[in-house]
Amino acid sequence: MPRLNVGASLAVLATTLAILAPLSSVHAQQSEIRIGEINSYTGPLAAFTVPYRNGWQLAVDQINAKGGVLGRSLVVVSRDDGGKPADAVKFAEELVRRENVDLIAGTFLSNIGLAVADFAQRNKVLFVASEPLSDAIVWAKGNDHTFRLRPSTYMQAAMLAEEAAKLPAKRWSTVAPNYEYGQSAVKAFKDVLKARRPDIEFVEEQWPALFKIDAGATVQALAQAKPDAIYNVTFSIDLAKFVREGQLRGLFEGREVVSLLTGEPEYLDPLKGEAPEGWIVTGYPWQAIDSPAHTEFLDAYQAKFGDYPRAGSIVGYNTILTIAAMLRKAGSTDTAAMVAAMKGLEVDTPFGRITYRALDHQSTMGAYVGRTALADGKGVMVDFRYADGADYLPDDATVRTLRPGN
Amino acid sequence: MSFIVAQAITGLASAASLFLIAVGLSIVFGVTRVVNFAHGSLYMLGAYIAYSLVAAMGDSAFGYLAAIVLAALAVGLVGGLVEVTLLRRIYHAPELFQLLATFGVVLIVQDVTRGIWGADDLFAPRMPGLDGAVRILGHAIPEYDLFLIAVALAVVGGLWLLFRRTRFGVLVRAATEDREMVAALGIDQRWLFTAAFGLGAVLAGLGGALQVPRQAASLSMDLNIIVDAFVVVVIGGMGSIMGAFVAAVLISELLAFGLVMFPEITLVLIFLVMAVTLVLKPSGLFGRPERAATEAARNPDPPLRLAVPRVRLGWFALLAAAVGAPLVVGEFTVIVLTEIAILALFAASLHFLLWGGGLITFGHAAYFGLGAYGAGLAVFHLSAGMAPALLLAPLAGAAGALLFGWFCVRLSGIYMAMLTLAFAQIAWSAAFQWISFTGGDNGILGVWPAAWASEPAAFYYFALAVCGLVVWGLRHAVFSPFGYTLRATRDSALRAAALGVDVTRHRWLAFVLAGAAAGVAGGFFAFAKGSVFPDVLFVSTSVDGLVMVLLGGLQSLAGPIVGAIAFTGIETELTRLTELWQLGLGLLIVALVVVLPRGLAGLPRRLRGGGGS
Repeated sequence: MPRLNVGASLAVLATTLAILAPLSSVHAQQSEIRIGEINSYTGPLAAFTVPYRNGWQLAVDQINAKGGVLGRSLVVVSRDDGGKPADAVKFAEELVRRENVDLIAGTFLSNIGLAVADFAQRNKVLFVASEPLSDAIVWAKGNDHTFRLRPSTYMQAAMLAEEAAKLPAKRWSTVAPNYEYGQSAVKAFKDVLKARRPDIEFVEEQWPALFKIDAGATVQALAQAKPDAIYNVTFSIDLAKFVREGQLRGLFEGREVVSLLTGEPEYLDPLKGEAPEGWIVTGYPWQAIDSPAHTEFLDAYQAKFGDYPRAGSIVGYNTILTIAAMLRKAGSTDTAAMVAAMKGLEVDTPFGRITYRALDHQSTMGAYVGRTALADGKGVMVDFRYADGADYLPDDATVRTLRPGN
Repeated sequence: MSFIVAQAITGLASAASLFLIAVGLSIVFGVTRVVNFAHGSLYMLGAYIAYSLVAAMGDSAFGYLAAIVLAALAVGLVGGLVEVTLLRRIYHAPELFQLLATFGVVLIVQDVTRGIWGADDLFAPRMPGLDGAVRILGHAIPEYDLFLIAVALAVVGGLWLLFRRTRFGVLVRAATEDREMVAALGIDQRWLFTAAFGLGAVLAGLGGALQVPRQAASLSMDLNIIVDAFVVVVIGGMGSIMGAFVAAVLISELLAFGLVMFPEITLVLIFLVMAVTLVLKPSGLFGRPERAATEAARNPDPPLRLAVPRVRLGWFALLAAAVGAPLVVGEFTVIVLTEIAILALFAASLHFLLWGGGLITFGHAAYFGLGAYGAGLAVFHLSAGMAPALLLAPLAGAAGALLFGWFCVRLSGIYMAMLTLAFAQIAWSAAFQWISFTGGDNGILGVWPAAWASEPAAFYYFALAVCGLVVWGLRHAVFSPFGYTLRATRDSALRAAALGVDVTRHRWLAFVLAGAAAGVAGGFFAFAKGSVFPDVLFVSTSVDGLVMVLLGGLQSLAGPIVGAIAFTGIETELTRLTELWQLGLGLLIVALVVVLPRGLAGLPRRLRGGGGS
């Protein structure tokens, strides 16, 4: 009955248009500064992005309680990309074209961060990439309008490689999820470690598919190579399986393990009483950082949410602190002024002062490096120190070659 | 040598997990012919319920075991509920429509699970009594692995007894063999279907619950397992328990040893095995060819008639609305309309295969994605402009369809669908892991339209014009001699062949045509988004296409267009409005499926009180 179907399609089109038509085009009021924010708030990534959202909400509330910035209050217009780069770009369009935001911030997955960064460059919008780790965001694909907050894959791998170089271990094995992040993390670790310790050899590499690790078989293959130490890049559900199988099969006995991100509460806490002991990790020991700035943040966070902060919370919090500091320095919401202000911007955060390098738009926010231990039946970090991100970046000449966009 | 034994045992433990999830899927499909996408959701639910029960009563080995069994039974209840309230109402709907319903269930379960248990991964304690490892030839093997193998063997034995020694089992086997004949013998099919679906759900729940001592319960469990489970079922042969078992062992052992020799290939390996199996044995290892009788018994669709003037008027009105829209709506709406135009072409090309050729494909993302990558790689490696890149897109889509289609058209029904999925997943794996060529997960950036098309309205008109023309071309093809012949092969391949039609070649051509059209859509999608990422090739893109086609209505040419408009519009709005958009979308899909089994395009007929054909 084709004729009726066309009628139906017309009806649906009309309805959709009615829904989509801008009911009232939002015009930025002079009294507010609008920040567009995109992240993966639904699906499996929610465990990581919800603490992040708490972090930025806390900062927005605190800043607005003190009268906002430039006499205007901060308003965050947040969107869920569902983990899809194409949807992230769609909502970036919406935020810029319909919501008239002054800048964009956020994203968690590297590919989404890159897609939004490219969008920002094309549309001449400032983008503060808070969470994505990929080195490409500031180096290979770095652009004028994108700045990144969190310490990158390279920086965190370099922090661990420095510790690894101090170990007597000579035979190393690696295990990393087989995609861009895993491969970059292994390459960076190898490069930095080999530069410091030419005597080291890598005897086995395991590349499980992301979130599909065949943990028993992987553990056995690693054990078979009889390494002195293991470098782990798996995370989340892969990490939990890897840790349990590794412990059951005695893989970690008498071996040093160096593990990326595992000290972040997001990844450490789900392991509960089975959190590995003695691993060298990067992370966020929120219980034990005793600087006044961090204590203030911690108290405010716990008072507001009745929960402890995760690494993502700090990132979300620092994102808004960054934007506020940038606005004060720029004195306006003109994009060129804001981009200029981001270069060399100094921000005081719960981790101390960080700087957005003019050279490659990477912030010097660092991470804590320490060993894992068990306390009261859950994993914590001990013997940790704060590794300032500025100390773990290649020299300027190298960075210039890594960032052709400059 | 000792390493090989240890690795083999480890592989068997993985096989046990895979078997439990796959066998339930196989039984459900065998009896009800429902391609149950929600099977992975039931598995996930089993893990979450078991996690909670273990926390409450899992301190002893017995309590832990009881928690696992109770979780499996609870999932069985959920499965039964889904069958009675949802699937039972739509068995009479067109083939594949149940797939849409189960996809709605996937979305609902995802959000409900997040609502109940939260988004954090939940890691249960090990099972008391089985929390250590035993030494076998010097290698530590977890006791629980051995327990899993024992459970799987017990399930194989139990199912064998059930199917060979009980009346229920005999009926299930009979229904798997010939559903119509069982009905003709006066067996109450409703009860049989509910029982089979419930049994499948119990097995899925058991599979999930048994994972709790090995891995954390997480929200990604559902989609992570479902494709693998289908692969196992198809390699083994749909409906075959032994097949599922052998396939699970085969795949798991290949993975266990494959990762020692080729640690980077694990993602593709499973699909390569499936592709090779299906090329060599088109019905899986233990499956039987689908019987010709089922095909003849199928109710052929009413012949399509050429458009009457009123219909033409309708199409013109639709076109006029699409052309006039940018004058009245805002820029962002124009961008959404662009996406709708592109996805309407994607859906129309899928519809051409599904409806025009009766060729079921779960891997249509392959041609869409190849088009997107064709355009993206041309820009990235050759610095091509927009026009040449867009010309390359249909060629890339068609080339992929030419290659994949040659294998796929030699199969039929669900086996063909799964082979298309295998090829799409292989293409996805290549894009995901071949970083030097495709950029891997970081994708290809900077695929922006040429200056003259950079304004949203300009690009919209460009996309609308080209996509509209290709949709019109596809519609034209349906009414061409080729289209008539293709529809003849759909309605009865045997009779068409008897008339001298080269069925295989026509189907292959249909694949190439649809692939080229999907490639055009993919090329435009790349330029609309400015970037290309592997997820354009992923199974979720194929599922989105299927949802659009089925939502709009399979049996009308307007269906895919209506579906693309509705799906994109609803998803965009729901995502903006609520965090529970998956729940909303899922409920909407389920409601539509029950109320409108002919899709949105069947709405007017429904309103006029017209019955089925």
